[in-house]
Amino acid sequence: MDIVIYGMVTSCSLALMALGFTLVYGVSRLPNFAHGALYVLTGYLAWLLLKRVGLPYPVAMILSLVVTGIIGAAMYHFVLARIRGMPISEIIASYAIGLAILEGMRWFGLRGGTFRLPPFVDGATELLGVSVDFQRLIVVGLGVVMVGLLWLFVSKTKLGLALKGMAQDERAAMTLGIDSDTMAVVAMALGSMLAGAAALVLLPLGSIVVEAGYHVLIMAVAVCIVGGLGSWNGAILAAFIIGFAQILTWKYFGAHYQVVVALLAIIVTLIVRPSGLFGRQKELEERV
Amino acid sequence: MANQKKDHRKERLDRGIKVRTDGVYAISHWTEMTYLLAPRALLIGGLLAAPLILSYFPYWQRVLSIICIYALLAIGFDFLANYVGLVSLGGGFYVGVGAYCAALLNSHLGLPPIVTVPLATLIGGIICTILFLPCLPLRGVYFAIVSLMFPLLAARIIEALNIFGGTDGIMGLDGFSSGWVEQYVLVCALLVSLFVLRRLVIEDVGLVFRGVKDNDQAVKASAINITTYKGIAVFISSALGCLGGATLAHIYNWAGLSQFGLDYSIIPIAATVVGGGGTLVGPVIGCILLVWLSEELRDLGTLRIAVYALVLTAFIVFKSEGIMNFATRKYQQFERWVHI
Amino acid sequence: MNNKPLLKVENVSKAFGGVLALSGVSLEVHHGDILGIIGPNGSGKTTLVNAITGFIRSDRGTVLFKDRNITNWPPHKIADLGLTRTFQVMRPYYSLPAFKNLIVPLFSGRARRSGGWRGGGKLGSRDTVAIDILEEIGFERDSYVPYKPASSLPTGYLKRLELARCLALRPELVICDEVFSGLSMSEMASMVPLMEKLRMEGITLIMVEHRLRELFRIANRLIVLNFGLKIGEGTSEEVMDSKEVKEAYFGSEEEVFSYV
Repeated sequence: MDIVIYGMVTSCSLALMALGFTLVYGVSRLPNFAHGALYVLTGYLAWLLLKRVGLPYPVAMILSLVVTGIIGAAMYHFVLARIRGMPISEIIASYAIGLAILEGMRWFGLRGGTFRLPPFVDGATELLGVSVDFQRLIVVGLGVVMVGLLWLFVSKTKLGLALKGMAQDERAAMTLGIDSDTMAVVAMALGSMLAGAAALVLLPLGSIVVEAGYHVLIMAVAVCIVGGLGSWNGAILAAFIIGFAQILTWKYFGAHYQVVVALLAIIVTLIVRPSGLFGRQKELEERV
Repeated sequence: MANQKKDHRKERLDRGIKVRTDGVYAISHWTEMTYLLAPRALLIGGLLAAPLILSYFPYWQRVLSIICIYALLAIGFDFLANYVGLVSLGGGFYVGVGAYCAALLNSHLGLPPIVTVPLATLIGGIICTILFLPCLPLRGVYFAIVSLMFPLLAARIIEALNIFGGTDGIMGLDGFSSGWVEQYVLVCALLVSLFVLRRLVIEDVGLVFRGVKDNDQAVKASAINITTYKGIAVFISSALGCLGGATLAHIYNWAGLSQFGLDYSIIPIAATVVGGGGTLVGPVIGCILLVWLSEELRDLGTLRIAVYALVLTAFIVFKSEGIMNFATRKYQQFERWVHI
Repeated sequence: MNNKPLLKVENVSKAFGGVLALSGVSLEVHHGDILGIIGPNGSGKTTLVNAITGFIRSDRGTVLFKDRNITNWPPHKIADLGLTRTFQVMRPYYSLPAFKNLIVPLFSGRARRSGGWRGGGKLGSRDTVAIDILEEIGFERDSYVPYKPASSLPTGYLKRLELARCLALRPELVICDEVFSGLSMSEMASMVPLMEKLRMEGITLIMVEHRLRELFRIANRLIVLNFGLKIGEGTSEEVMDSKEVKEAYFGSEEEVFSYV
């Protein structure tokens, strides 16, 4: 039973980590390798606002999310927009920015395991004979809520529909009067905020460390590749596959192997079916 | 400035020597020979003389070795990325494999460094190539992502299985017999690989590599197995990295997990972008600049990585051709303002 | 002459995510043939070429070349047997001189064994052989054209360059994917004798075309595809008289009348 419950929790946290990455890639074909850095950045900002500035927790969270969104948009506007269409430059540049943010934070004082965000609700409960703390249940709940909200946003609002149009066919969207650069900025801001939101929900479970940035990036990339880059359904399904696989390895082999699972999943996926579970790029299977 | 020159435009003319040497190699005068040879002689002579000059500055001797190791990695990256089209973000993997190979050969078989380094280069290159074989059909972003995973995966596996000394690594390796051997082995290795690679890419086989990068379908339709050539290229590139890693292990008398680290992946890439991709010499110049910069910034600690990253981003965005391409152009062109 | 076909395609099918791009196409090509494959846009012509030459995996069916089953072999092995193709979209090395583009095929195992077209590769360097091949195919040797960067060549020369890339392998069967498209009338006019010359040399050709008039002049047999199905086969007269072919190209009579 504990496998089911912890598998759910892990899967939902993986899905949260991956949503922002897959949103940005889906809309503007931009692999945002600064994703992990933005994740840690939001957590650290929230901590600073909460503990150093002394703002109330909800205000600190919202403020840090907004700042992350602005940073993401600025990153696109000032750097990535200039190198659109050169995938390798995009990867290297976004990875470099991510590194600069992470190492900058380390220099600024983010060292050691003393940085902790308080959980939203303290305590734990017993669920089907397994004790789970409330924060983990919130992760599952928020995961579901966030996916739902995102779905509503994309299929009901005008902006969301424009984003969806971009994702399906950038050129066609442009002929319909959708400005691809503005949409990419919006997607980047949203994606960064999603990374931040994931951080705010997940970080109370542990402490804020720079290494989490690399970890989150790997997991997000793993989930997105297994699910098919840019496919949301695929990402969610892949989050569950990898999540449960991780919990099973944790149970039967040991905690060390958890990351190995994700990396093997990527490698196996790329070799067997490079477009992923739900990849839409058909030509990929021939061309990759 | 711009307003002053409104009725002027900048004219760029290739020097006669460039126009001629691009096609037919007919050079008449010693001034022209000097013109062509001077930059090459400067680099080769400079690298060969560097250990002698630096013997007065012992601290910088070690820096020279580090520069050479990064430069080996960087020309391997440049070759693979700009001539074969495989962008490998996991340079640390090659260093780690090379270092562990050398360490195992040295600590278990007791071979001296002068034997382990070439052996580790060869064995490491073969190991890396075999491990990369399943990924060779991938291209572009996908290959980049998988290659990024390799060093992380290797470090995790060594940690989890607790093999090869686990997190402590393999300690107490033999060093080189003297600093001279260490530096000249590295400098010569660098110059030889630079020469061989530059030769390779202009030979016929170099055209096949470029075909794999530009239009692999046409290469396939020309009855050439592209996986073979990609494998050869990965072998060359990873062997260069393993050579660097093996020397590194003997310099620090230690092989450990940090040799799979981020530094060995990011600095060669940064050096290639800064120095100029596709030139092979550019990455060497990039390494000299970046490692020197990193020595100057030693006080900043880990912030150095942030500085590299920003330099790298700035170059990608504002000067993507890199120093070498820029300098070559300036060297071979007249520039003047002409009245319209 | 022996009656065994050089290339025999049986029942090849390929679906792209539910859309049937090819359904059970069969054809035979004999030594010395020029077979034309025609059909409206999206009728599966290029998919058929890709399936024969191994660039995509077919879902069903077999491809026999020189009595060997080459179904779903990798493309380079098929080319090594002597079955090669041109591409509709040409991407030569734009920055290199035209003749350098032939170095890649001349470097292959097949060209080394056979020495390239007419075996010249055993005599001189690859560069010389490359220029020889280009001369044969209409690049004026003494002009500067073979030495020009490929980026400065007009489409006609690029199409020839693409064909030269195939000929450098000394192939037995070449599949030409739309060599006539994008050419001017005079370029086309000079291409037709070239094709006939290749046939004289003993190279069997399959030509996938839109330009029916030129194709009818050189092809001795035609097959017509529509929606992945073979709807006609025979000489040009037979094919153009068939009702299905007319419908495929011009719409059915009922449809036409419904608009009147």
